[in-house]
Amino acid sequence: MFYREAGDFKVSYPEDSQTFPIKFDRYRYYLVLAVAYLVIPFFINDYWANAVFVPFLIYATAAIGLNILTGYCGQVSLGTGAFMAVGAYAVYKLMTAFPEVSMLIHVPLAGLVTAGVVAIFGLPSLRIKGFYLAVATLAAQFFLVWLFNKVPWFYNYSASGQISSPERSVFGIIVTGPNTEAWAKYMICLIFVTLAALIARNLTRGSIGRKWMAIRDMDIAAEIIGVNPMMAKLTAFAVSGFFIGIAGALFFSVYLGAAEVGESFGIDKSFLVLFMVIIGGLGSIFGSFAGAAFMVLLPVFLKNVFVGMLGWPTDLAAHLQFIVSGGLIIVFLILEPHGLAQLWRVAKEKLRLWPFPH
Amino acid sequence: MKLTTLAVAAVMAASPVMADLVFPSLSYRTGPYAANGIPFADGYEDYFTLLNERDGGIGGVPAKVIECETGYNTEKGVECYEATKGEGALIYQPLSTGITYQLIPKVTADGIPLHTMGYGRTSAKNGEIFSNVFNYPANYWDGASHAVNHIMSQGDISGKKIALVYHNSAYGKEPIRTLEELSKKHGFELMLVPVDHPGQEQKSQWLQIRQQKPDNVIMYGWGVMNQVAIQEAANIRYPMENFIGIWWSGSENDVLPAGDRANGYKALTFHNLGDDYPVYADLRKYVVDAGKAAGAGDQLGTALYNRGMYAAMLAAEAAKTAQELSGEKNLTPAMMRDGMEALEMTEAKMAEIGLPGFGPEFKVSCQNHGGNGLGAVAQWDAAAKKWSLITGYEGSDQDVIQPLIDEDSAAFAAEAGIEAGCK
Repeated sequence: MFYREAGDFKVSYPEDSQTFPIKFDRYRYYLVLAVAYLVIPFFINDYWANAVFVPFLIYATAAIGLNILTGYCGQVSLGTGAFMAVGAYAVYKLMTAFPEVSMLIHVPLAGLVTAGVVAIFGLPSLRIKGFYLAVATLAAQFFLVWLFNKVPWFYNYSASGQISSPERSVFGIIVTGPNTEAWAKYMICLIFVTLAALIARNLTRGSIGRKWMAIRDMDIAAEIIGVNPMMAKLTAFAVSGFFIGIAGALFFSVYLGAAEVGESFGIDKSFLVLFMVIIGGLGSIFGSFAGAAFMVLLPVFLKNVFVGMLGWPTDLAAHLQFIVSGGLIIVFLILEPHGLAQLWRVAKEKLRLWPFPH
Repeated sequence: MKLTTLAVAAVMAASPVMADLVFPSLSYRTGPYAANGIPFADGYEDYFTLLNERDGGIGGVPAKVIECETGYNTEKGVECYEATKGEGALIYQPLSTGITYQLIPKVTADGIPLHTMGYGRTSAKNGEIFSNVFNYPANYWDGASHAVNHIMSQGDISGKKIALVYHNSAYGKEPIRTLEELSKKHGFELMLVPVDHPGQEQKSQWLQIRQQKPDNVIMYGWGVMNQVAIQEAANIRYPMENFIGIWWSGSENDVLPAGDRANGYKALTFHNLGDDYPVYADLRKYVVDAGKAAGAGDQLGTALYNRGMYAAMLAAEAAKTAQELSGEKNLTPAMMRDGMEALEMTEAKMAEIGLPGFGPEFKVSCQNHGGNGLGAVAQWDAAAKKWSLITGYEGSDQDVIQPLIDEDSAAFAAEAGIEAGCK
């Protein structure tokens, strides 16, 4: 009834090719943006920012990055954690070397550094595919973590090998360090995630994205129709690295405030982001958000229910939380192997026909 | 899902209980560090239960322990901190150096004291810069110095090769600077052997030790890493009396898996061991027999249970001091901080609590948040399944440590833009 193309006439090409061609979808999108930008910042407190929204937005950025590589271009990567570490250490070096420069410049620069590093580690993808490429990225994961532990220059020769983010600001508003207001943390992450989603969405709709998808679906066929596999794969690695680097930079500077490479950017982080992409849905920007929400919010939610509401012992709750999240992941993947994004697509198809499904 | 989370958090936020003295316990009863996290958390909680049951709380105000599971993970630790700080938390003891590094700037901004007993950032001893962070009675660098002193007490150290087997994290890296300075001063050779989290696989590290044959091994390990290291050391027949762990590598859980082969393993400690103290009679009477013990209630008298209890006891004594100072029964975190800074532990006080001779005497001041740094060496008797102290409490080499503390805290002050000075 509400969700349909009928009667929604497009009279120009830009109108016809816009991201959300259906009116209902478009308004829903504006509504989400309005709530995110105009409502939440006024109500957010420290707990909500640090436990829920900031990690959700940052992981969503990382998931968008990995989704470009794995979901759109079909290159499996197990190095996301280490690539986030590249972003984190890049922003740390930039923040400490140029204290007066705005974070709005440092974070994209860290993204660019990561893009370069990831493109280098993407070179093996020109020769190897599938599981073998996954192992090559796994090597990147271990190598980079080892490197950041080994070379003291990266952590400015601090005694403990920790990096900690000093206080930095954007237009006079403090966005990193302990004195940051909850809304400022939230807003800087929101701005970056919005930009990342917009850029990613438009790249994947354009010729670059189509090349990525051609490579994903069948690389030989893609080569025959004129897609340059080297350019397509390396741009996918670079763009993916850019977003993952931004996520890593925000993760360290805004969210954690202090980080240690082995613990914060270990292999489990790579798997966590990969799970987000798989559960959310490969090859879908919405899926990146849905997957990040699922993996970040579910543990916090379960913990609050088990310990906060039911008053169970914390160890029981922690174990049960593993069981419930693990079980839900399996259930989801059996019922809907294409992830939450596919559920959303099915729901939209149903909505189109509603209320007369025949 | 978001809506339900919202509702849950709203319920949680709507019911803060301000009447009690809140002591959050950021514990870990799951994961690779659980074997060490459980006894500490049990001891911490049981001591407050004892105070509530026996004395009706601290100065008549009941103590409330809010437990939050961190799994030794910094992200969860931050979440726990944010979730509990609104409940009137008086003091945080995260039992994790990684989480401590996260919390140091946060607690300083929020004005809540942080007590990292024998762990955390060593230079926090300088209270003029780390106003809200305390690490009495001893710290990692004291521990490194104690280990070297103990080796020196057994013979000439110069020319010896000493290996440091450490958890490759902020925790394990802390003593490296001190050991490097000490190796320069005393002329021994230092060999660094990092073990990555969680440390279940140490074959290559111990192969390296077998090949290079260091005269002594010092270990800074935690969790499952300790058990594995002691078993591997036994496998390569490394002489256990030359193997010395920091106080975090000296619990029963660490040596029991290796059985008889762990006999003679040494570990440092900054408090006494065993359950031969009057307070244990009260603990059994009011807490365990009343069915109010935390966890499974089977950890009484273990090294880490004692440490958890000691941590709780110091927090309770600081709260008492704060109540005397401010004249208020219901404390704020700021009063608690002042109480900690004015804390003085004397033998008479400890005897009154039921823990005579349990820990060293020390006095906290604004300049010194770290106590005297006294420590002793304990040795494991595998037949009796008991730790026993083989030395008395001895001081550490402050000539080496103090300049390092000054240097590191000054670097932090410059980085964070803090003016040194007493509040």
